[in-house]
Amino acid sequence: MTLLSLRGIRKSFGAVDVLHGVDLSVAAGEVVGLVGDNGAGKSTLMKTITGIYRADSGSIEFDGKDILALDPGQRRQLGIEMIYQDLSLAKQQDVASNIFLGREPTKRLFGLFPGFVDKGEMDRQAAKMIERLGAHLPSINRSVGSFSGGQQQTVAIARALTFNPKLVIMDEPTAALAVREVQSVLDLIRRLRSEGIAVILISHRLNDVLSVTDRIVVLRHGRADADLVTAKTNMNEVVSRIVGGGDIAAAAAHEQRG
Amino acid sequence: MASETTQPGFWARVQRASVERLHIRLESLVVLLALSTAMALLSPYFLSLSNFLNILLATSTIGVLAIAATFVIGSGGLDLSLGSVMGLAGVAGAFVAVNLGWPSVFAVVACILAGAIAGNINGQLVTRAFVPAFIVTLGMLGLARGLALVISQGRAIYGLPPEIVYIGQGRPFGIPMPVIIFVLTAIVAHAVLAYTRFGRHTLALGDSEGAARAAGIRVEHHRRIIYTLSGALAGLAGLLFTARVNAGDPTAGINYELTAITAAIIGGTNLFGGRASILGTMIGALIMGVLQNGLTLLAVQSYYQQMAIGAVLILAVFIDQYQVRKESRV
Repeated sequence: MTLLSLRGIRKSFGAVDVLHGVDLSVAAGEVVGLVGDNGAGKSTLMKTITGIYRADSGSIEFDGKDILALDPGQRRQLGIEMIYQDLSLAKQQDVASNIFLGREPTKRLFGLFPGFVDKGEMDRQAAKMIERLGAHLPSINRSVGSFSGGQQQTVAIARALTFNPKLVIMDEPTAALAVREVQSVLDLIRRLRSEGIAVILISHRLNDVLSVTDRIVVLRHGRADADLVTAKTNMNEVVSRIVGGGDIAAAAAHEQRG
Repeated sequence: MASETTQPGFWARVQRASVERLHIRLESLVVLLALSTAMALLSPYFLSLSNFLNILLATSTIGVLAIAATFVIGSGGLDLSLGSVMGLAGVAGAFVAVNLGWPSVFAVVACILAGAIAGNINGQLVTRAFVPAFIVTLGMLGLARGLALVISQGRAIYGLPPEIVYIGQGRPFGIPMPVIIFVLTAIVAHAVLAYTRFGRHTLALGDSEGAARAAGIRVEHHRRIIYTLSGALAGLAGLLFTARVNAGDPTAGINYELTAITAAIIGGTNLFGGRASILGTMIGALIMGVLQNGLTLLAVQSYYQQMAIGAVLILAVFIDQYQVRKESRV
């Protein structure tokens, strides 16, 4: 069953054309790797899915609905979450505030005034989510900026998973992590798949992409240049599709070392 | 993911608790107490109920402006037009009451509406025309002051109706009306900033605009509301001041933004947004009030008071930035 379907997505910034008609589809519970050189348009494409950018033309359907006109908040409500490379955390706010930002549960103050944030409920649910991810944070009431990179990553992941998403987009989730933390992110992706949650993984680390995805889409010059089944491809083919011919052997050897 | 290796000391824990639970920086409270003690020792007139009410009365106008400054700075913005908009609002109210002869209710509405409109224009320009807040509100500082002088033809408007004067000079239960209005405004503002979604989004916006946008918060819309709110509060401050001095003075509020912003920063508002609390700002406003009152009691020339406020602002930002750099991981 197709969960997400992009057709002919175009996006330009001023005179710079970034996306020239991208087609992409993701099925429910499928893990799709999105790879490509720097500047191929990966991040731009993902931001047109989350609604941060509005596509110039083309169509985006999610769960059978046309979502092109929806803003980021509405798309989140439909179940599209993204973990940004820079994590997009409000660093001076605490864990629960970040996880629930924009979706805070409310209660009535003295049973009278509506619209007050239910901080107790937020803290409880945040602690539960962090525990489910098997992570340890010094304190849930500390500002996120005082945490280590891995701990901040945990908060960003918890934020993406708390509201039962259908699709999670991860932009370079392993780029800044230690080896052990990389493994736990990859395990998490496998767990999401087993729960029927679709994942789009953007990564430069092709070993990670090959080990965890079902399908690999190569973005090149603003187009989906190749759509490969992970089980039937290998490092050499992926690399050659990314660089588009040229000295493939050397590039592949370089990747294998890295 | 290593857990904490060093336990924070007692002072650090008390500090943290006061920030997390009460939303105030402990240092500002210490400064307020120390300053009050010093003034009490230096002047026999300082410690009395009437002087205490005097301080609150003198703080009420600045305090309302400081609330406005807290919201704007907490959201990562800046409003330099607070003092001028306050002056414009007072003149607008006096004009409606005296020159037009309309009922007092309209004069009250005119004050707050004039402020809200000026604030909304600030917000529109910041979010739609992409002119930096510093420039927009600096421009509004000149615009609003000039308009106040045009409306009043450069002269204070006298002869306000008694209902308006009561707002500034009335003393139900012996408490000055401006103090009552100021305290009620502060309580509502504190609840909004600390405990509502609107307040949390305000701080998130000042913390990281990207995170707020990704979280689905309508960033530009939110900013316009905050600037409008800031203007409306400046309008309220203008009403309080005009009613208290019994005149629509076009030069009212000159340099008040300096004191208001200083109060907000002393109270623990991060100059770059993301951290702010009204309770803290109130302590900051009281520090400014005690400082001015004490220097007046000690017969220090008001020129020196102006210098003191400027120096305190720079010192407060220095201490804040020093702590931020010490605490944060880069």
